[in-house]
Amino acid sequence: MIESTQLDPNFKDEIANEPGGEHILSCFTCGTCTASCPVRVVTDRYSPRKIIRMALLGLKEEVLSSDFIWLCSACYSCHERCPQDVRITELINAIKNIAVREGHVPPAFRVQVDLLRDHGRLIEIGDYDNERRAELGLPAIHEQPAEVAEILKVSGTIALGAAAPAPAEDDAK
Amino acid sequence: MRYALYLGCTVPIRNMNYELSARKVAERLGIELVDSDQFGCCGYPMKGVNHRTALLMAARNLVVAQEMGLDIFTLCTACTGTLTEASVVLNEDEALRQEVNEELEKATGKRYNGQVKVHHIARVLYEDVGLAALRDQIKVSLNGFRFGAHYGCHYLKPSEVFEGFDDPEAPHTLDELIEVTGAEAVQYNTKLLCCGGGVLAVDEEVALAMPQAKLQELAQAGIDALVLACPFCDIMYEYNQRRVMRNVDPRFQLPVLFYSQVLGLAMGMSAEELGFSLNRVKSKGLATKLAALEAAKP
Repeated sequence: MIESTQLDPNFKDEIANEPGGEHILSCFTCGTCTASCPVRVVTDRYSPRKIIRMALLGLKEEVLSSDFIWLCSACYSCHERCPQDVRITELINAIKNIAVREGHVPPAFRVQVDLLRDHGRLIEIGDYDNERRAELGLPAIHEQPAEVAEILKVSGTIALGAAAPAPAEDDAK
Repeated sequence: MRYALYLGCTVPIRNMNYELSARKVAERLGIELVDSDQFGCCGYPMKGVNHRTALLMAARNLVVAQEMGLDIFTLCTACTGTLTEASVVLNEDEALRQEVNEELEKATGKRYNGQVKVHHIARVLYEDVGLAALRDQIKVSLNGFRFGAHYGCHYLKPSEVFEGFDDPEAPHTLDELIEVTGAEAVQYNTKLLCCGGGVLAVDEEVALAMPQAKLQELAQAGIDALVLACPFCDIMYEYNQRRVMRNVDPRFQLPVLFYSQVLGLAMGMSAEELGFSLNRVKSKGLATKLAALEAAKP
């Protein structure tokens, strides 16, 4: 049973103030989103209608600490079809952003923050990769991590990383 | 036609066949692709973590193109979606651009002027080159080949940032690009299904369940290959194909090709120079047709 004393009536406003979450109050729970969802086809753990309903009710902790908000594949099927222009894919992102600020970060994203900080990209470039590229006549590519690391710092994301910064080259010797 | 070539994280490491064929096709069509080693991740992975971080990372890439004085040419649809969205909101919303520029300047010392546009390879071929000009370049008809088009979600969605290009509910541009080569673009029910790539890092079981329906339907339709234009979709349909299908049919094999490889064949290039040896899923059917195509060349 849902106890009304456990609900946070401000949660929907918090979401509406988050970039991407502005249209949450327009939802009239028609379910077009869930009916359109390719993730819902393979698992009943994910239902955008249910997430929006829970958020509107004020089930803040249940939503933010859940695993299911992270199951959106960002395909924008619901986003395109929503008759109320709730902009659901962006809305789910807004909820994820709030969850992250409350300390709920899936481990995969912590690893990605570290990769971006150290390499400026998600996939590290090794010497082997550039050798293979050269064999195919493709130009070498180089990592440019410095500016990306600064962006992670300025926007407060760098602290979410899983590990300490990689040692500078001098220290590694 | 001159663009800054934006490769993203995945293509230059895992899909050199896509990059190779895209460069060759572009060169033949007179599209000049200019390289820069200043580009980094588009920002897509950070969108769920911190919306502003993702926007700043995208804006940084737009600045790289701005300094080259060029628009961006993309291969990955996830990069296309992220960079297009960033360019549209930053180009149109001056107040937001100011705000983002304050932070971007703090991090990189540079500001974005709001002028850069982003174009996916298939959109350039369809809109800027055009089907008529492509038809003139077809040297070897792929008549007899049957392909299933897979539109990566972020090639067309969210439609609000793609200026009415194509129709996300009934997409046709990739099908037309396939048919211009003489091949048949087979119509099928699961065409709009997402590959599941966006969930892979979070929940592998859910992600790997998502490509199955499309692979099964296309195999039953007896096509030669699934044709796509996104490295993330390729990870799901090709790289993970065996894992996706192991409970259904351990011997399942459906080749997956990048559109630029298909177009290159029709333009008379060999499978070898288009990087076909790097396509992981082989089939006898496709190999036989490719050999026949090569043998028929004058």
